[in-house]
Amino acid sequence: MTALLDAEGLVKHFPAARSLFGRPTAFVRAVEGVSFSVKAGETLALVGESGCGKSTVSRLVLRLIEPDGGAIRFEGRDLLALDPAELRAFRRKAQLIFQDPYASLNPRMTVGQILAEPLALHNLVPASSRRDRVEQILRMVGLEPRVARRYPHEFSGGQRQRIAIARALAVEPKLIICDEPVSALDVSIRSQILNLLRDLQQRLGLAYIFVSHDLAVVKHIADRVAVMNLGQIVETAATETLFATPRHPYTRALLSAIPVPRPQAKRSRIVLQGELPSALNPPAGCRFHTRCGYAIDRCRAEAPPLIADGTGHATACHRVTELPPADAIVPHDGGFSPALEKLVAAFGRSTEALGPGGVEMVGASPPAGV
Amino acid sequence: MTAHPLIEIEGLRVLFHGDDGRTTHAVDALDLKLAPGATLGLVGESGCGKSVTSLAIMGLLPRRSADVSGAIRFDGFDLLQTPDETLRELRGNRLAMIFQEPMTSLNPSFTIGDQIIETILRHRGGSQKSARERAIALLRRVHIPSPEKRIDDYPHKLSGGMRQRVMIAMALACDPRLLIADEPTTALDVTLQAQVLDLMRELKATSGAAIILITHDLGVVAEVCDEVAVMYAGEIVERASVDELFASPQHPYTVGLLGSIPRLDRRTDHLATIEGMVPNMIKPPAGCRFAARCPFVGDACTKAPPPLVDVTPGHASRCIKAPLERLVS
Repeated sequence: MTALLDAEGLVKHFPAARSLFGRPTAFVRAVEGVSFSVKAGETLALVGESGCGKSTVSRLVLRLIEPDGGAIRFEGRDLLALDPAELRAFRRKAQLIFQDPYASLNPRMTVGQILAEPLALHNLVPASSRRDRVEQILRMVGLEPRVARRYPHEFSGGQRQRIAIARALAVEPKLIICDEPVSALDVSIRSQILNLLRDLQQRLGLAYIFVSHDLAVVKHIADRVAVMNLGQIVETAATETLFATPRHPYTRALLSAIPVPRPQAKRSRIVLQGELPSALNPPAGCRFHTRCGYAIDRCRAEAPPLIADGTGHATACHRVTELPPADAIVPHDGGFSPALEKLVAAFGRSTEALGPGGVEMVGASPPAGV
Repeated sequence: MTAHPLIEIEGLRVLFHGDDGRTTHAVDALDLKLAPGATLGLVGESGCGKSVTSLAIMGLLPRRSADVSGAIRFDGFDLLQTPDETLRELRGNRLAMIFQEPMTSLNPSFTIGDQIIETILRHRGGSQKSARERAIALLRRVHIPSPEKRIDDYPHKLSGGMRQRVMIAMALACDPRLLIADEPTTALDVTLQAQVLDLMRELKATSGAAIILITHDLGVVAEVCDEVAVMYAGEIVERASVDELFASPQHPYTVGLLGSIPRLDRRTDHLATIEGMVPNMIKPPAGCRFAARCPFVGDACTKAPPPLVDVTPGHASRCIKAPLERLVS
């Protein structure tokens, strides 16, 4: 099967300082040679700390920012060769959902207008039947059609994120890039949105690139995971494999730090010492060596390549074969007691946003003067 | 629990009077006791009243719009009756707070040293030199590397994790008896979160201060706290030791929260969801506030507000159906 999206050796350097004449004199090396592929209908998670370049990568593959090097192919076509009209047509097939549903919806447009705009832009549905299509999309994300007349401020965070998802779905994309889509939401709302994303994927055959720093969420939603550190992928594997046998010391530190809601959880936490180095001046050799407990002289001098084993589990570490076994890295949470399991089962698993009560106004009335 | 709680909150009620004449019930009839040296997690989702409770303790709610009643007894004072002047002596001294966003709670135009030294001089007096030495010792205590140099840095030069550690150093400046930490790790990455949680655990062991940790993250609570109080719609709905709460939760809301967290031990297709929305706090429901979203709801639930009663000694729940095990056996 050919990949839906293929990124090869992506590079992005942002100018950080300029000379008197505007010539860049220093660069933030945000992305440095990142390669991955996404198959139709699968979820690839990009994980890492703030500043590791995961959001930049997600924007590069949509050409929202132009890469300085590398190649991106979508369904076999070279994206970097597209002219503006072709690029616009391509964007129909790949959409983006942002972290903050409060900032990503225009407060002056009704939900109906927000959802009809992409339909009009891409000329997908004749004007006469746009309203029906908007209703259909709203139902798909678990909102009632009558909310189309309302404005974003009338909705809670979770409902707004549904609207953002609806807007992405309106143009029937094949790939949706979700940039921290649930990190601004409360726990109980978060589970609704995760359920919804999974349902939509199964129903519509969507592929997701899921950018997140929350590893429990990633374990739940992703098929494959790529771990990024300072602009490079240090490890990539199928989700189950990565959580069962993490190899790279950075991956191990990330996984060992997941807080789990079990006081007796068995864990051997690896607390990374030192600060995240700056992407302005990344360390020579392996970019992780300043925080790595296993660093040797070779790591300080020579950058390790990302090498895959036969199963598609790839690691960028010189000492990958010498590291201790990775048992008990992921905190073991022990599970629920049988009674608690039954109690939890009494809660719904639905993806609907609204109970029988229908849409409720959130907060008080709009501020005076509006 | 010792006979002498460090802080005792009784019948705390906070109402917000809006400009439009409507009143929001933010916190209702909240009772809470905390022994010296104990660590309590105050858990709940946005709008449940957990932060308002902490601001009420600190006396930081706006006088004009917030109507605070009840009693908060701390160290021989009723904080709600204490004049501002005395409160200013207590705050930063015996009562300290760490906020969620270290970026906005540090003053960008002063060095971190200036800001810590100011606190020390204000409450402890002494010379500039001795205060500076103490500030360096504090920075060392929260594991800031080369504190003698870092003390003259401005906040923008520090990373998010370091800023949060500076905030913690400042809160510890005068050896507080009670430390309130409002989502201290929420804005941080997992690796930095681990560092700050380690530090919190260390403080718990060495400082002798009681800690109230406010968070929405049950994982963080399980790692740091001894006791937990779960809040929903302005009320405490469950209170227990951490081991008890996570092993056998006795309020349906707590059960729903636990079920909606993705699990590491196995893969489920769909997570549990708590359907519906939090009630409108302008007119809270007459009966149980969780009734509209509860899968175990019965007729009696909506009739009268359920009291918070002990299900087992030390484990209280505001659910008339508790113990919940009866419902599924």
